[in-house]
Amino acid sequence: MAALVSFERITKRFGDFTAVDGVSLDIEDGEFFALLGPSGCGKTTLLRLLAGFEQPNEGRVILGGTDLTGVPPYRRPVNMMFQSYALFPHMTVAGNVAFGLKQDGLPRPEIAARVEEMLALVQLSHLAARKPDQLSGGQRQRVALARSLAKRPKVLLLDEPLAALDRKLREETRFELKAVQQKLKTTFVIVTHDQDEAMTVADRIAVMDRGRLAQVGAPAEVYQRPASRWVAGFVGDVNLIEARVSEVYPSFVTLAREGLKLRVTPSAALAPGASAALALRPEKVEIAHAQPEGSAENGAAGVVAEIGYLGAMSLFRIELDIGLALKAAVMNGTAARAIHVKDRVWVSWAADAGVLLAE
Amino acid sequence: MQKGWLSRISILAPYAWLAAFFLAPFLIVVKISLSQSAIAQPPYLPVFDPRAGWDGLRDFLGGLSPDSYASIAADPLYLWSYLKSLMIAGVSTALLLLIGYPVAYALARAPRRLQGVLVLLVVLPFWTSFLIRVYAWMNILQHDGLLNQALIALRLIDQPVSWLATDYAVYLGIVYSYFPFMVLPLYAALERLDPSLLEAAADLGCPPWRAFFTVTVPLSLPGIVAGALLCFIPITGEFVIPDLLGSSTTSMIGQTLWLEFFGNRDWPVASALAVVLLALLVTPIVMVRQREARQLEQA
Amino acid sequence: MRRFGPLNLTALALGLAFLYLPIAVLVVNSFNDSRLVTLWGGASLRWYRALAEDAAMLEAASVSLRVAFLSASAATVLGTLAALALTRGGRFRGRLLFSGMIYAPLVMPEVITGLSLLLLFVAFEIDRGFWTVTIAHTTLTLCFVTVVVQSRLVTFDRSLEEAAMDLGCPPLRTFFSVTLPLIWPAVASGWMLAFALSLDDLVIASFVTGPGATTLPIRIYSEVRLGVKPEINAICTIMIALVAVGLIAASLLTKRKGAQASLGVRL
Repeated sequence: MAALVSFERITKRFGDFTAVDGVSLDIEDGEFFALLGPSGCGKTTLLRLLAGFEQPNEGRVILGGTDLTGVPPYRRPVNMMFQSYALFPHMTVAGNVAFGLKQDGLPRPEIAARVEEMLALVQLSHLAARKPDQLSGGQRQRVALARSLAKRPKVLLLDEPLAALDRKLREETRFELKAVQQKLKTTFVIVTHDQDEAMTVADRIAVMDRGRLAQVGAPAEVYQRPASRWVAGFVGDVNLIEARVSEVYPSFVTLAREGLKLRVTPSAALAPGASAALALRPEKVEIAHAQPEGSAENGAAGVVAEIGYLGAMSLFRIELDIGLALKAAVMNGTAARAIHVKDRVWVSWAADAGVLLAE
Repeated sequence: MQKGWLSRISILAPYAWLAAFFLAPFLIVVKISLSQSAIAQPPYLPVFDPRAGWDGLRDFLGGLSPDSYASIAADPLYLWSYLKSLMIAGVSTALLLLIGYPVAYALARAPRRLQGVLVLLVVLPFWTSFLIRVYAWMNILQHDGLLNQALIALRLIDQPVSWLATDYAVYLGIVYSYFPFMVLPLYAALERLDPSLLEAAADLGCPPWRAFFTVTVPLSLPGIVAGALLCFIPITGEFVIPDLLGSSTTSMIGQTLWLEFFGNRDWPVASALAVVLLALLVTPIVMVRQREARQLEQA
Repeated sequence: MRRFGPLNLTALALGLAFLYLPIAVLVVNSFNDSRLVTLWGGASLRWYRALAEDAAMLEAASVSLRVAFLSASAATVLGTLAALALTRGGRFRGRLLFSGMIYAPLVMPEVITGLSLLLLFVAFEIDRGFWTVTIAHTTLTLCFVTVVVQSRLVTFDRSLEEAAMDLGCPPLRTFFSVTLPLIWPAVASGWMLAFALSLDDLVIASFVTGPGATTLPIRIYSEVRLGVKPEINAICTIMIALVAVGLIAASLLTKRKGAQASLGVRL
C-alpha cells in the first residue's frame, strides 16, 4: 500500500542556505510521525513544505497520490497547529473553531454541530463564548487543536505544540494528544526538538541533521540501534568507545584499544583494522565493586568521579584507568546505594548491549 | 507572501498613481524649466505636440534652453533668497531642537499611563489647521495684540512694538508650527531608551548631568537626525508663514517662487527655481543615507 | 524608574502652554463682542452669526469637506496597499524608486509639489477645479497613510494569516476577515490624518484649484492677508472644536486596542 505522504527528493533553499537537502520520506496513513532534530535542521521547513507555505526548489510532495506542487495552502487537505497557536483575537473560541468550516461553505447547523463535537473532544465546551485573551496557555492550546481538527484533515501538522507549556502540563498533554490521535486515526506529523516528546508519542521518528535525514524508524529502533554516532549522541545519553577492529567472525567481532578488549555482536560491515565506535547506553553499563571471575573482555576498572541523583535513578560518572570516562545509569535500589564517590569499581556490559558504528 | 494577484495589485496601484501624479509632474517641471516664457496659454514655449511626429520632437528639443537657469545665476536676488531660506531653516531647526528636546525628554520620562494623553495633547494642535495656528499668532503679535499688551503691562516697553512683518515673527511662527515634527521623532527615540543604561552609568560613578550628555543624547541621535530632517527640508520651502508673518524683505525662496509663478507669470523661471531648490534639499538626505549605509557596513 | 521631577514638569508645562496659548487667544476672541482685540466688549455670538450668513465662506467649507472626504478615502486605500507592498513585497523590482516616491512628499516643500502638479494638469489640458484638488490631496496624503499603516503592519503577527490560509481561506478573504479587523485602528488613524491634512492644505490647493473650487483655507487666506478679522476667529474656533472632538472620540475608541502610538504618527 502506498504511503499517504511522500516527500520525493525535496530540496529547499533560502538564498545561500540549504534548509532541506534532497530529503525523501514516506509517512503512512494513520501514524503518529515525529520530525526530530536540533534547531536549524530543517524539520520546520519540511513541515511548512507539506502545509504549502513554502514551495520546494527541487522534488515534489505527494499526498494521497496527488502531486501538491503549486497547490496553495488553502486548497490542501492538510491543517496545522501553530507553535504560537495563532488564535484569531477578534473571534470567540467557537468562532475560531468554526472558521475553517465557514470557508468550505457548510450549512450553519452542520458547522454548529461539528464545533460542539470538537470542543467536547478537547473538553472546552464551557468556554465556547470566551475570547482567546481570556484563556490560559493550556486552554489556548486546546482551542488551536480543536480548530485544526475541525475540518477532519487527512494530515494534521503540529509545530512544536508543547514548547510553551510547563513540564507537568507538557507530560499530560502528550498523552492526551496521543489519545486523540488514536481515537480519530488521523495522520499526525509533529515537529519537535524534545526527544522525550518524540519518543513518547510517535510511532516512527525521522531524525534530521542539517537538512538531511540521519535516521528513520520506530523510537525503540532509533534508540537501541542508532545509525550513526551523531544519532546515538542526539537521541538520549550515550557512551562512545572508540576502538580498532581485530577479528571479524560471523557471530561476533573483537575490537581492542589500549587496555581494553571488546567482544560485541556485529552490527556494521567492518574489516579488521578499521576503526569503529561502540555506542553503549548508560543503563546497559553495570557497576560492581570487584572484577568478576574470568572476564577480561567488555569491562574495565575505574574510580567513581561523580554521582547525579535523579530521584528514580542515579547517573554515575566513572573515570576508567585506561583514560576514558563512562556514564552509567542505575535504578535507585540497594545496588546504587552501595556505591559512593571515590570508590574503586569494575564496569562491564553484555556483548549485545551496544551498537557498533562505523561512522 | 504568495505572489498572487493581490500582491501584484498592492504594488501596482499605488505605484501607478505615484508615477502619474508625482514622478511625471517632476519631469514636466524640469522640462518647463528649460523652456522660454511666452505670452500664451500655456505661458511657455515650446509646447510638445505628440501629433507632430519626429520633426515636432526635433523642434521641441531645439526650443529648449537653459535661459532660466542663466537668469537665476545672474540675478543676486535669487541667490540671496536661497541663502536666506537655508539660514532661516537652519536657525529654526536649531531652535526647534533646543526647545523640543526638553519637552520630548519630559514626555518620555512621564508616568506610563499619562504618556498617551500627554502625547495626544502635544499632537492636538497639529491636527488643527496650520493656517489657523499662524493666524492665531497674527492675533497675538499685531499692534494692539496680546504680546504688546502684556509687555506694556509688565512695563518692559512704553509703546507697542511692531512684531509682525519681522524676521522674529517668522521664526516664532516656524518654531510653533513645526514643533510636533521635532518633538515626536525625539520622543520616539527617547522612549525606547533602556533605563538600565543610565543605572549602569550611575553605578560606574557618572553624575546625572554628565550621563545625559554622554549616554542619553548620543543614543537619541537617530531621533535628532530624523526630527532635524523632517523640519529643515520643508521649512526651506516654506511659504505661508513668511508671507503672513514676515515682510517683503524676508524673501524666502517659497515666496520668490510664488511671486514668479503667480505674479510675473514666468513659469520657466519658477520651475528652474524649484529644480534648484530640490537639488539643494536632496543633498542632506543623500549625505545622511550615505552615512547610514556606511554605519551598517561597519556593523 | 521614571523620575518625573520638577524640571521635567516645568519643561512639559511650558511646552504645552506655548502650544495652546495662541489657540486659547483665538477662541476667546471669537466670543469677543468688540471688533478690537484690545477691548473686551462682552461675550457674544455675533461673529458666529455673521459667519452663518457668509455664503462664500460656507461654500468654501463645503468644498473643503468634500475634497477632504474623497481624497482621504482614496489615500487610505492606496496608502494601505502601498504599506502592504513595502512590508510584504520583499525585494521587488523598482522598490527603491517606489519607497522614494512614497516618502518624498513627507518632506518636500509644498510649493514644489503644488507647482509640479499644476504643470502636469496644464500639459495634459485637464481643467482645474474640484477634481484636480482632490487628486493633488490624495497624492500628498497617501504617504502619511503609508507611514502609519506600515508601522502597524511591521508588528503584525503573520502566523494569523497563515493559520487562516491553512484553514482554507484564500488570500483576499484572509485580508478582509483577519488582517483588516486587526489593523483597523491604524487604517482609521491614517484616514483621519489624511482628512486633517487635506482640510488644512493651502499651498497645493492654491496651485491646482480652479473656478468654483475655492477651499476653506484659500478663502481664509485671502481674507487674512488684509489683516485680522473676527469672523475668521469664529470659523477657526469651530474647526478646532471639531478636530478636538474627533480626536478625543478616536482616542477613546482605540484606547482599548492600545493604538496610542499610531495616532502619534510614529515617524
